[in-house]
Amino acid sequence: MDLGTIIWNTIALFLTVCIFSFLYKDNPFYKFAEHLVVGVSAGYFAIILFYNGFVPKVWIPVTTRGEWWYLLPAILGVMTWTRFSKKWAWISRFSIAFYMGIAVGVALPLEMQQRVVKQLHATMLPVHFMDIQGFWNLLIILGVLCGLVYFFFSVEHKGAVGGAARLGIWILMIGFGAGFGLTVMGRISLLADRIQFMREWYLMVTQALWGA
Amino acid sequence: MKRILEKLETLDRRIIFIFIFLSIAIPLLLPVNMDFSVTPPVRSFYDAIESIPPGSKVLVSCDYDPGSMPELFPMNVAAFYHLLSRDLKVITIQLWPTGTLLAERAMSEVLKDLPVKEYGVDWVNLGFKEGREVVMVSLGTSIPKTFPNDMHGTKIEDIPIMEGVNTFDDIAMLVNISGGLPGTREWVQQVVLRYHVKLGSGCTAVVAPEFYPYLQSGQLVGLLGGMKGAAEYEKLIKRPGTARRGMDAQSVSHIVVFLFILIGNIAYFSVKGVKKRLKV
Repeated sequence: MDLGTIIWNTIALFLTVCIFSFLYKDNPFYKFAEHLVVGVSAGYFAIILFYNGFVPKVWIPVTTRGEWWYLLPAILGVMTWTRFSKKWAWISRFSIAFYMGIAVGVALPLEMQQRVVKQLHATMLPVHFMDIQGFWNLLIILGVLCGLVYFFFSVEHKGAVGGAARLGIWILMIGFGAGFGLTVMGRISLLADRIQFMREWYLMVTQALWGA
Repeated sequence: MKRILEKLETLDRRIIFIFIFLSIAIPLLLPVNMDFSVTPPVRSFYDAIESIPPGSKVLVSCDYDPGSMPELFPMNVAAFYHLLSRDLKVITIQLWPTGTLLAERAMSEVLKDLPVKEYGVDWVNLGFKEGREVVMVSLGTSIPKTFPNDMHGTKIEDIPIMEGVNTFDDIAMLVNISGGLPGTREWVQQVVLRYHVKLGSGCTAVVAPEFYPYLQSGQLVGLLGGMKGAAEYEKLIKRPGTARRGMDAQSVSHIVVFLFILIGNIAYFSVKGVKKRLKV
């Protein structure tokens, strides 16, 4: 193991401990690590995007091929920077409106097709009681319908509608519970990885120091 | 008893942190290799890759960063290993700038086990491309025009694996390792129905519930959700990795979280009941 790897891993370990120190209480070490992450990320992404976006999409087409129209989106991009001035902030609205228009235009038809129509189609399931799948299909249909009833506010939630809405909120709660459970699982994975990293660092350093 | 319950209700959160830390650290240091079953979404992912004829080309989009690495890196390694060990050709791209080095690192882990696999012949890394959904749609029109070079600057026409690869029609399956946006949701939205591509996803546990409807509707052919999904996949391909090692810690820490939720609720309702009786 070379010295550089040990030094970098030790810095990583120090920063991990700095971040974890927040669990005790807020402190300068945590603040240092937090600001370092923000600064490094901003710098890293700025450089990556400059060489991956500006150079091939604006600089090269304009300077080597004379395709000056590539300057138009670049000007729109520069216009967003006017947000930093109170006086000129209104100019940024043009580029934001342009971006929003394109994004909505691209996303809306596909969103309808993929997340509404396709999902509706997937909910039209055969209900039967010949096997367990028929029961699951019924549960999916009931769940969708009751969930939708809960968000239907034009009719007072009383009687049968109230019952369906109540069932709908229970189904939503089960969904949120599953989501929370998986979120816990995700966060535990992150912590497990850090602990694993600390263990590997310890093994690496002891091996480097004592060869054991 | 009342005093104990009141103390539990106002338990210092740092004590809970210590318990959680220990519940993860101890199983990692002293693993017992608890068994777990393979769930249908992971089995479908595995079967989808198994059904592809050898020699076919698979596009793997590694769209994640070091923040989601503990969950996604093991499934990235497992997916590369599974694909290459089945003699499938891997073309990897990244829509996240941080994904490039992670994909390279995942591949270098796999190549330790499969040293005969050759860059440019069995696999290629086309690198990162900015543009999110625009890149996805552009790939449907022309892959060589979207990625004219690989990550080292070699021209696409000089890379043997890219011969005959023009659009998604030349790709047997798309695998997305997704850490957020752009990721599986955008691949489904922009590519799956429009270009009739088979898509398998590996995602973080947090977003997995969002993708289960895609699985049921057939928009995804398989789903690996979080570290558990990665561990199940490692079990199927018979190559235990970091996800498998983390499963003991997951199981024990979940029990601890469950116990704290249970104790917290018992304390809350008991103290509430005592206060109510005192009021009466």
